[in-house]
Amino acid sequence: MISSSLIPCGQFKTSYGADTTIFLTPASRNFCLLGILVALAAPLVLSNYLLALLIQIGYFGIAALGLNILVGSTGQISLGHAAFFGFGAFASAWLNNGFGVPVLLAIPLAGVMTTLLGLLFGIPAGRLKGLYLAIATFASQFILEDFFSRANWFTGGSSGAQAAPINLFGYEVDGDKGFFYVVLFFVVVMYVLGANLLRTRDGRAFVAVRDHYLSAEVMGINLTKYRILSFGISSFYAGVGGALYGHYLGYVSAEGFTILLSIQFLGMIIIGGMGSVMGTLMGTAFMVLLPEGTEAAVSTIKHFTGDIPALTNALAYIKEAAIGLAIVLFLIFEPDGLVHRWRLIKSYWKLYPFSY
Amino acid sequence: MSVENTPMPELRPVLEVRDVSLGFGGVRALTEVSFEVRKGELFSIIGPNGAGKTSMLNCISGRYRPNSGRVMLNGRDVTGFTPNVRATLGLGRTFQNLALFGHMSVLDNIMVGRHHLLRNNALTGALYWLSGARKEELSHRRKVEDIIDFLEIAHIRKAVAGTLPYGLRKRVELARAMAVEPSIILLDEPMAGMNLEEKEDMARYIVDLNEEWGMTVVMIEHDMGVVMDISHRVMVLEFGRKIAEGLPDEVMANERVKVAYLGVDDDEPVPTEEQVA
Repeated sequence: MISSSLIPCGQFKTSYGADTTIFLTPASRNFCLLGILVALAAPLVLSNYLLALLIQIGYFGIAALGLNILVGSTGQISLGHAAFFGFGAFASAWLNNGFGVPVLLAIPLAGVMTTLLGLLFGIPAGRLKGLYLAIATFASQFILEDFFSRANWFTGGSSGAQAAPINLFGYEVDGDKGFFYVVLFFVVVMYVLGANLLRTRDGRAFVAVRDHYLSAEVMGINLTKYRILSFGISSFYAGVGGALYGHYLGYVSAEGFTILLSIQFLGMIIIGGMGSVMGTLMGTAFMVLLPEGTEAAVSTIKHFTGDIPALTNALAYIKEAAIGLAIVLFLIFEPDGLVHRWRLIKSYWKLYPFSY
Repeated sequence: MSVENTPMPELRPVLEVRDVSLGFGGVRALTEVSFEVRKGELFSIIGPNGAGKTSMLNCISGRYRPNSGRVMLNGRDVTGFTPNVRATLGLGRTFQNLALFGHMSVLDNIMVGRHHLLRNNALTGALYWLSGARKEELSHRRKVEDIIDFLEIAHIRKAVAGTLPYGLRKRVELARAMAVEPSIILLDEPMAGMNLEEKEDMARYIVDLNEEWGMTVVMIEHDMGVVMDISHRVMVLEFGRKIAEGLPDEVMANERVKVAYLGVDDDEPVPTEEQVA
């Protein structure tokens, strides 16, 4: 879904193939490849704390992309994304512990299991729209949360499930450095798959259903099928992201997948840009880094003023309030998200110094 | 262009509408309307406001389900089918009020029309290079470019559909309906709200669509000049009933049609069925 934006002069497409690339220009593709190369070198220089943040952006980013395909591209709504994320985490641990499936295989398989679950919970989406659908997905959030705390055979109940670290050809990947590469691999693969999906038949069908469902139907698109399919694909991403989360922490507990996390996922895609693949990653990074940034800001203030007990006590609340504030400010000032701001900045530099 | 110098269309009916009645609560939108559209024909439906023209089109395209009667497409009863199934059976349409996918590019809008002709799905689409989806998309892109060429919208193919002016949006909508490769295409007021020049262009596209592309066209239009010039046959609806059908000249000369459009002098008696016949 690349909308028409500024293309630098001298860019001529001479084939339809060259006109359907993921990136608008070779330059932006090379820039992205460079970014991946830089990321490959990151564990060599970054501290474990920063790596942990990047890993967090990775697995949340994968899950958020799923939600963006559902909410941003298909125009559905889901308040239960965290539950599917959690289901993926439990499913992968279950497959590994119970059946000895290697972790690297268990992660995509957990994604498939979550897809099936998502297709099931997506059935109401064939009939419901807007607020009614929001409430239906809200119900799926609570049903699954309850399932997590009761299904001892699957989740370990209230004591939670152990998730083994990744084992690659007999070499155990533990620690943030090794896991960073695993997450990076999954992020690249899942984002490429997502970008491809959105530029082919079914991706267009999703956007058609969102933009004008009546004419989408007249164009031969089965509305019910695509609304439910969108839930399935969204759940696949949630499942893979959740599985990575589980194996990273080594332990999965039912408390982590509340409605609050679902809302945070929605925040990520609103801030990043609805319907945008790259925006999803930007929004996720923003949401993960915002609390850390808030904490850094508070400690800087304390550095100058000395310890203020009230501020220290309120830090947890300030972090959460900052997330809420960010969502509100984005909805008012930048409803198209960070990706739109990024395009504006790019076009500013391209047109400088004549902004017309 | 007149009817005399156009080749006579083949006689096989592409679309048969048999005794279709449609009501919304107490309102009778359509009452036992029957007609046939033959292959290669340019068929127009006219009538005063609220006569049931768009309801008729909605019954054909599957948006409404008639209370009674049948709709046959290429000899097949499609009365119970949903709109998306009818599209795969060769039915394309445009809407009276613009119904483009506003946030998509013009190109993607038209590519959506290829939906039922494309075979790639979510899985093969995501695997783009490995599954042959790329090859398929590109071969369909070629077909779409033919349509873009025909409707002269090459300069806006990358524009976001929602940002286009009215006349161009109507043309993009026609392009999208053509991309379905329908055996019959329904046009709901393709020239509404256009200026004279845009109307002339659109009339030319519709005639070419019919003659060069060999598409069967059913058109609703209020501009009598255009309807009478380019249609092979015309049907007139009034208050949900068919009051006339035939060659444009016959319909124009019909007393009932005159009454429907112009009304009657209070002193003159309304012509009865027998007098009209």
